[in-house]
Amino acid sequence: MEVDDLLKLIRGDLFLQDKKTAHLTINLNKVLSKNLVPGLHVDTKENKDGVDVKIKVDDNIRIKNKVHLCFGITKEKAIQKINMDVDVGKNAKISILSHCIFPKAVNIKHIMDAKIKIDEGSIYTYEEKHIHSMDGNIEVYPKAFVEVGKKSRFKTEFELIKGRVGKLDIDYEITGEKNSVIEMTSKVSGKSDDIIKIKEVGNLVGENAKGVLKSRIAVRDNASAEVYNTIVATAPYARGHVDCKEIIQDNGVARAIPIVEVKHPKAHVTHEAAIGSVDTKQLETLMARGLNEEEAVEVIIEGLLS
Amino acid sequence: MTILSLKNLSLTLNGKKILDNINIDFWEKHVHAVVGPNGAGKSTLAYTIMGLEGYRKVEGDIFFEGKSIKNLSVTERAKKGITLGWQEPARYEGLTVEKFILSSAKKMSLDEVKDSLIKVGLDPDEYTKRALDKTLSGGERKKIELASILAMRPKFVMLDEPDSGIDVASLEKIFEGIKLLREQGSTVVLITHSIAVMKKAEHAFLICGGKVVEKGRISKLLPYFENKCLPCDHKNIPD
Ligand SMILES: Nc1ncnc2c1ncn2[C@@H]1O[C@H](COP(=O)(O)OP(=O)(O)O)[C@@H](O)[C@H]1O
Ligand SMILES: [Mg+2]
Repeated sequence: MEVDDLLKLIRGDLFLQDKKTAHLTINLNKVLSKNLVPGLHVDTKENKDGVDVKIKVDDNIRIKNKVHLCFGITKEKAIQKINMDVDVGKNAKISILSHCIFPKAVNIKHIMDAKIKIDEGSIYTYEEKHIHSMDGNIEVYPKAFVEVGKKSRFKTEFELIKGRVGKLDIDYEITGEKNSVIEMTSKVSGKSDDIIKIKEVGNLVGENAKGVLKSRIAVRDNASAEVYNTIVATAPYARGHVDCKEIIQDNGVARAIPIVEVKHPKAHVTHEAAIGSVDTKQLETLMARGLNEEEAVEVIIEGLLS
Repeated sequence: MTILSLKNLSLTLNGKKILDNINIDFWEKHVHAVVGPNGAGKSTLAYTIMGLEGYRKVEGDIFFEGKSIKNLSVTERAKKGITLGWQEPARYEGLTVEKFILSSAKKMSLDEVKDSLIKVGLDPDEYTKRALDKTLSGGERKKIELASILAMRPKFVMLDEPDSGIDVASLEKIFEGIKLLREQGSTVVLITHSIAVMKKAEHAFLICGGKVVEKGRISKLLPYFENKCLPCDHKNIPD
């Protein structure tokens, strides 16, 4: 989706009419529009530099359409602080598509502080897509503390592959109870002097809890990326995996520090990390079809981040 | 007519002469086989013709359609219509089969992508959206690579061990693909140590120890294989 489409989204042009799709759009510290569906409650409080958002899904409510959240800053310079409090009831389901759009950013800071609680037997999916300007000095701080209840599923996908990253500092801590599933994926492409830092901690405290932390990162120019992903398993039959792949180009620097900690003899956690430039065979195969080196790298990275 | 010719081509890698004064003329729109035992230098020859990194500092010359290409990059050679299918095709995380084939041939429609998959015996509905990664078998990746080559419509294509990792049923599809390449007007070079593959060619060049030791019609070279007796003193030959 291009910036113009997203700006349209922010003004509500595209789906304000659709009463069956819940949404909330916020520009800086103002709520622009909101639509709810049965069983979903969204309360907001506007602050000086942001908005407090309380989301509640009632027990046994399974929301069919994706709930759209749109956080925009159309100004060049600003700080936006969103405090999110999400409470998903029992046997409920919500899938959130969140767009963060900073198309004119020159100096912008977006801070997201989330507390998410998912009760027994529920499914929570969160996709976050960022669209940044190409020249901005943007700082993004997504922070979340998540509790995933028994037999519940928590799945996130964070994507920042268009425009400049600026500075990104993800900090998530998630706890999974018995039979829960945690699945986190981050895809980030850094250029120029972007700085990427990802820290995700998955605590598998319940029997048979599962967790996967996956990151796919490309850094070029003078960009740098550090991924500190940790899974701690303390219960029997807990299963975890940390998977990090980073491609570096030019003077990019990448670091991956997967930590796996197992505190129960019947738990099992694995990790894999691969950092390097683009594989020569991948590159030369595409070049042997007529792509130049840059085009070939583009195709490979696009695939990795898709 | 010769489309690609190697003139006194030698290549030294890490102080070892891997290709030793090779002279070959590949005829336009013919199917050739380059045969020889393991370690003979067959793959190296293909990489050198393609101009891959590390295979560029040659002695002698390589002519394509009458012009030297030895100073051209891989991309420039490919743009002239030269391409290569690997013995073990690359894997790409996340890259879909569809995107891969589309990258191989500019201005191609989705229907043409699907068509190229059908030609190698793969169901487009099952494969176009799949990633070209480790979830595909070596044989599947080989067929997809052949599909991408068919889509590219190259003038000159080298297929390194086209039957390796391919089961018997799939082998027929690979052979059909080779036939289609020829019908499309490609000059084909099959690099192989298999008799079945060699029999698909019209001419063969037998390489041993980096040298061309014999050339001619397939019938002329077959006995060397059948007797497992090659006319060279290469160390790989059992005594
Ligand atoms: N980079 C290299 N440096 C040194 N020797 C090499 C290199 N690459 C290949 N060789 C050697 O060159 C010979 C030919 O290899 P190759 O072309 O792969 O043979 P074939 O494809 O006929 O089995 C082998 O002895 C191999 O060990
Ligand atoms: Mg070989």
